[in-house]
Amino acid sequence: MRYVGGVDVGSTQTKAVILDENGKVVGRALLDMETSMVTIAQDAFKAALADAGIEEAQVARVASTGYGRYNVSFGHEQVTEISCHARGAVALFPGTRTVIDIGGQDTKAIAVKPDGQVADFTMNDKCAAGTGRFLGAASYALEMSLGELGPLALQSQNPVRITTTCTVFAESEIISHLAKGILPEDVLMGVHQAITSRCVSLARRVGVHSEVTFTGGVSRNVAMVKLIEEAVGMKINVSPDAHFCGALGAALVAREHAFGTAGLPAEALA
Amino acid sequence: MTTATVEKPAAGAAAAPAGAEFNAHLEGQQMMKAWYANLGLARERGQNVANVFVMGNAVEILRTFDFQLVFPEINSLQTGVRKVSEEYLRDSEDYGYSPDVCSYVKADVGLILREQKHPAGTIPKADIAIASNMCSTFIKWGEIWERMLKTPTFVLDLPGQRGGNWQVRPGDAQHMADAQWVEAQFRDLISRCEKITGRRFDMDRLAEVQDRVNRMVFHWNNVMALNRTCPAPYNAMLDGLTYIGIMNVYRGTEEGVDYMRRLEEQLRAKVARGVGRVAEERFRLLFSGTPCYVSMRRLVELFESWGGVFAYSDYLTFAAGGMDAGEMVYDTSRPLESLAEITALAAQRGLSNQFFAHERLAQQLRDYDVDGIVFHGIKSCRFVSSGMADTRNYLNKRLNIPSLYIESDLIDPRYWSDAQIKNRVDAFFESLQQRGGAAPAPGRHADITREARS
Repeated sequence: MRYVGGVDVGSTQTKAVILDENGKVVGRALLDMETSMVTIAQDAFKAALADAGIEEAQVARVASTGYGRYNVSFGHEQVTEISCHARGAVALFPGTRTVIDIGGQDTKAIAVKPDGQVADFTMNDKCAAGTGRFLGAASYALEMSLGELGPLALQSQNPVRITTTCTVFAESEIISHLAKGILPEDVLMGVHQAITSRCVSLARRVGVHSEVTFTGGVSRNVAMVKLIEEAVGMKINVSPDAHFCGALGAALVAREHAFGTAGLPAEALA
Repeated sequence: MTTATVEKPAAGAAAAPAGAEFNAHLEGQQMMKAWYANLGLARERGQNVANVFVMGNAVEILRTFDFQLVFPEINSLQTGVRKVSEEYLRDSEDYGYSPDVCSYVKADVGLILREQKHPAGTIPKADIAIASNMCSTFIKWGEIWERMLKTPTFVLDLPGQRGGNWQVRPGDAQHMADAQWVEAQFRDLISRCEKITGRRFDMDRLAEVQDRVNRMVFHWNNVMALNRTCPAPYNAMLDGLTYIGIMNVYRGTEEGVDYMRRLEEQLRAKVARGVGRVAEERFRLLFSGTPCYVSMRRLVELFESWGGVFAYSDYLTFAAGGMDAGEMVYDTSRPLESLAEITALAAQRGLSNQFFAHERLAQQLRDYDVDGIVFHGIKSCRFVSSGMADTRNYLNKRLNIPSLYIESDLIDPRYWSDAQIKNRVDAFFESLQQRGGAAPAPGRHADITREARS
């Protein structure tokens, strides 16, 4: 059996996926970012190989994606995360026509064709407003883990309006609301609404068409999923493995180029 | 000094040796250097100086009075090209200008604060500034000169768009009325110039200037059309920026005519030999908007690394005087009337740009047979950026033309984010590749330029 790999070196985490030649996911790994992108990419890839129980020599091709894609010294090709998230999202949910991806410092909306090709895309511009970093600022100000933010926000009865779009200033605005005695869940809901407003605005620029698939690390946040569904007026697809979407897309590109095959069974990550 | 030629400067700007092959870039650089050297000598030579913008500027009239012309927009963009714009911008921001103000204006304020010391030389203070409503910022910019330098401003009111879905047609009643309105203002301007220079206006000299502009525009339009060939002989957003500098600065001069003639000859030869700007032209693109002068070389590098060449840019029309497609030619038998008619028409087209950009671009996309269009939005320039979303939607959704929107600035390097722009460019090409955008076959568009006049 031959294999291919996809490595997504993002701003906060590095993800690696190993596929066999049939397109089945046989190994994966997720590591938090370190100072060296080169090292973290190697470590994530090795961890995914170990998860698959195979040797590096058995991997025919590796594609890298994410902002650190050029640091993947063992990769054979670099592909943008825009193309990879589109490919990954259609593999996970074949009916996908719109992808909303919220990562650590990027938010993007992608209009995709049925075969996973990118029809159009738009991204946040030189500013982390509306990205996962905005939640990071809230997490720091509230001294809570990222995983706790969504469930607490859903308990809100009177969300506040976060007026600043600047991630740096948002932190001081959060602290100021808390100092006034506003409940943490109401402040948090305001933060989530602000991010939703920004990312749905991006999605509308490329057109929101069913089905919508939400990818990236922030898709694990239940409050974000609920708010985006309300804003776009439809249920959205979220995979529990959505944060691997970019790495999966990269691995699919590597598989296509290594073996001349395209597509992947939808249950690949299930 | 005559209106026919720009006087040779005292130093610098060595002419190319006789018989040497024409190097459009090097020669263009030398001509710009000579122009700046002349500006530095203007006061010493007792010459009058006028500030003008690249659009709606009445340069033809000013040339008949032998004004030395200062193009503040070009001064500002040159600080970007020379990688010192941030120093000038910071000076103006320290003075109190907001980061949101047009960076051309801010670099110019920085220049004033540095007592007109520009990296290309000392810029003389102007005796008069010609502004127009072609860009609303021009008028406010003129007010800055009035306050800071005591430079009097003459504002041309050029009739613009009056309603959606309406365009002036050459020679129709509205156009003639507009032309009369503009001509009356030109007569006022002539009186002002006579007072400043102490010289009488000479209509014959205006006709001579116009003849030279006609010849420059003739070659310019052929230069544009030659890039419809595959492979494109030049990159509209790198080589083209050198050409447009000469088109503006040397407008109506023999040097300008000669440069454009030799450029056309050289490009014709390249086309005949099948020589393109890049070794392998894989994608042909159109650039819409104003360049990011501080990072243009880098941007072009990002595109050319994918075999992508900018075959055309609408910037090369609207910032080169607007006398495109050869349909606008000065009638030198009635110089002032003709100048007013063409100024009114070019202004109308420039000002109604937002309403009809989609039609114009759709035609250019066909003419230049491009695979996609790149929009460059500028945060501090609403004039060229605000209609882009509508145009992009139309081209994407109605005509299925792939497009990329990137945003930075004219000359402010702080708005250039290399990793993010590279990401967008790479993703754009990945999608073009997925669409199966094969490289076009060489040798198309054989007969696209007008034959040189005898």
